[in-house]
Amino acid sequence: MVNSKSAYSFAGKKQKPDTHIIVVWVDNEAGVLARVVGLFSGRGYNIESLAVAEVDQKKNISRITIVTTGTPQVVDQIKLQLKKLVPVHKVADFKREDKNVIFKEMALFKFVANNVKLNKAFQACKNFNPVILDKTNKSNVIQITALRREIDKMSKNLKKFGLVSVSRTGAVAMTRGSEIFR
Amino acid sequence: MSKLYSGAEIVFKCLEDQNVSHIFGYPGGAVLPIYDELKKFNSVKHILVRHEQGAGHAAEGYARSTGKPGVLLVTSGPGATNAVTALTDAYMDSVPLVCITGQVPTHLIGTDAFQECDTTGITRPCTKHNWLVKDVKDLAEIMHKAFEVATTGRPGPVLVDIPKDIQFQKAKYKFYKKAKKLNGKSHDNFSQKNIDDLIELISKSKRPIFYTGGGVINSGTKASELLRELVNATGFPITSTLQGLGCFPADDHQFLGMLGMHGTYEANNAMYSCDLMINVGARFDDRITGKIDEFSPKSKKVHIDIDPSSINKNVKVDLAIVGDIKSVLTSTLKTFKKTKKNFSQSNKHQISKWWEQIQKWRSKRSLDYIGSEETIKPQYAIERLYELTKDKDTYITTEVGQHQMWAAQHYKFNKPNRWMTSGGLGTMGYGLPAAVGVQIAHPKKLVIDIAGEASVLMTMQEMSTAVQYNLPIKIFILNNEYMGMVRQWQELLHDKNYSESYTAALPDFVKMAEAYGCVGIRAKTPEELDDKIIEMLNINRPVIFDCLVDKQENCFPMIPSGKPHNQMLLGPKDQKEKKISGKGRTLV
Repeated sequence: MVNSKSAYSFAGKKQKPDTHIIVVWVDNEAGVLARVVGLFSGRGYNIESLAVAEVDQKKNISRITIVTTGTPQVVDQIKLQLKKLVPVHKVADFKREDKNVIFKEMALFKFVANNVKLNKAFQACKNFNPVILDKTNKSNVIQITALRREIDKMSKNLKKFGLVSVSRTGAVAMTRGSEIFR
Repeated sequence: MSKLYSGAEIVFKCLEDQNVSHIFGYPGGAVLPIYDELKKFNSVKHILVRHEQGAGHAAEGYARSTGKPGVLLVTSGPGATNAVTALTDAYMDSVPLVCITGQVPTHLIGTDAFQECDTTGITRPCTKHNWLVKDVKDLAEIMHKAFEVATTGRPGPVLVDIPKDIQFQKAKYKFYKKAKKLNGKSHDNFSQKNIDDLIELISKSKRPIFYTGGGVINSGTKASELLRELVNATGFPITSTLQGLGCFPADDHQFLGMLGMHGTYEANNAMYSCDLMINVGARFDDRITGKIDEFSPKSKKVHIDIDPSSINKNVKVDLAIVGDIKSVLTSTLKTFKKTKKNFSQSNKHQISKWWEQIQKWRSKRSLDYIGSEETIKPQYAIERLYELTKDKDTYITTEVGQHQMWAAQHYKFNKPNRWMTSGGLGTMGYGLPAAVGVQIAHPKKLVIDIAGEASVLMTMQEMSTAVQYNLPIKIFILNNEYMGMVRQWQELLHDKNYSESYTAALPDFVKMAEAYGCVGIRAKTPEELDDKIIEMLNINRPVIFDCLVDKQENCFPMIPSGKPHNQMLLGPKDQKEKKISGKGRTLV
């Protein structure tokens, strides 16, 4: 009886966790986000990022995109538990590696520096559709869209060009091609 | 133009529409407009409890003994928070409840008003769904939807929070229209292929077992009948979880008794050694499976459940059939009868060795205990209670602890809906108010709460409710002055360090009964037990029966921990004979 005082506290074998993007279509009503998020925290699931907004004003449908990590068993549970919620219409699940799905995040960078550095900063963002949203003679705000890891890397590398503030969204996802998820 | 009704009236119109005959509740500031309308609606009878938790458990007892949803009505703030335990209990055990709570007026929400709390926030994780009514025009629709959500699919509790100003405002009443499809939440979409696969597995198996649970009971009495038919037609052994007791007759020779932590030796060993496990409406709870990695290692597992999220949650299964037990069993029997005539006879040989093995396990007589002539053994008390009440179609509720397990082991249930116990949440104090609810639903029947002295003190105030409504419930207390199950774990697992598990200064239960205006009876010796039980049964009033039992008795068999984890701990009789060996591999 050295190991444990209870017969029922043994954790089973661990499977390998994967990153998944879960997309949930819900009725846009009060408390619906709390229900979804509460389900994750209550059952001990991870949320890496979250993006939510109404996508159909007529039918009052919001689309919630959640990036999560979990073993296959946990990800299955996440989907099934989400489907049980009354305001949830449908749930889609994509693996991060899935080539048929586009994932994007947006970030806003604010730089405070001299003109030389500001130009270099813009150049460094070149691969990620940079848009200058605001510019003064000692600062600018650049918008980029990229993958999570790319933004992580950028926000590290851009420090030397006077990056002072970062604001970013969670990932949003959409399938490639003409098909839509039903 | 159709008539306008106040929110409070609409509440009752909905209850009438939903055929609700009884509600359990407790008034308070934020529900006064609803209470004001009560007298106008004769078809809805209100039962005044003494604590909102009692209202919840009473509604649970009502629901579990009838199959209809239980309804409770409580006020805002403390009224709602007191009901949370009962809601959680109902959520864990899949009991349909509709909880109506008052809320402070809309304009005061969020201001920390008197008796305000975030009711929908607090109850979100312990209900299937909840609603805060912000517009009286939505009220009727929400109320009807609440009943629908509570009773369809896997049943469970729901809550409707109604601010006080909404209760006064007026709107048209909308009648209940049955929705064809509930937002895609109904899951009866198994295929004939599933059924064929199941029958294929059944016909091939050499060591099969049925493992049935509360889902069978929730699916209605017809489901229990179908289960009996199927089990008889196959000739397979069957075991049941705590919540499933009664769906198959306990005195049938195919029934191996309850399984799990305090299950029988034969049931647990059969679960471990089987080659086909057919789970009907159970959920592979940790009290059943024990160590998951070594749970029934050699079996194909079939899981029939209405809740898709129950499938593969704890245990990976080979065949999942998602659907209502009643319809799955109907389809199975239909195909089975067509393709496998006289199966139980023709298949007898194939499973005869399995039955021989089961008989060997059975001969251990794992529920035996050492009798006594001086003190009442708790198992003996339950056995006598069973013998003296078995012809009466008795309804049994329990609290939580040793007495609950003894009741499950020694009281034999032959019909569904006769056994009300808190399994998932394990709520001490469940049994007494549940008995109140059961007796309200079945006024002429015998209702007994098998209780422990510690549990029953948690909701003792509901005796007052029983007396007020002349409910002749019998509270049968197995009094050992300890929180028995806590003491047992301390004895076996914590070196007999009985930390805070003894209750000093217990009340005199006989005098307490008298103080409440009911009858108190005390039994001290095995000799007088029968007479005292008969005396209790002959009284048509509430009774508190103080049965003084052996203080040291432990509940066996048991799957405890660490070393004995791969073998069952049997009772003292067996321990003396030192019969426990490595072969007693009972990991479930």
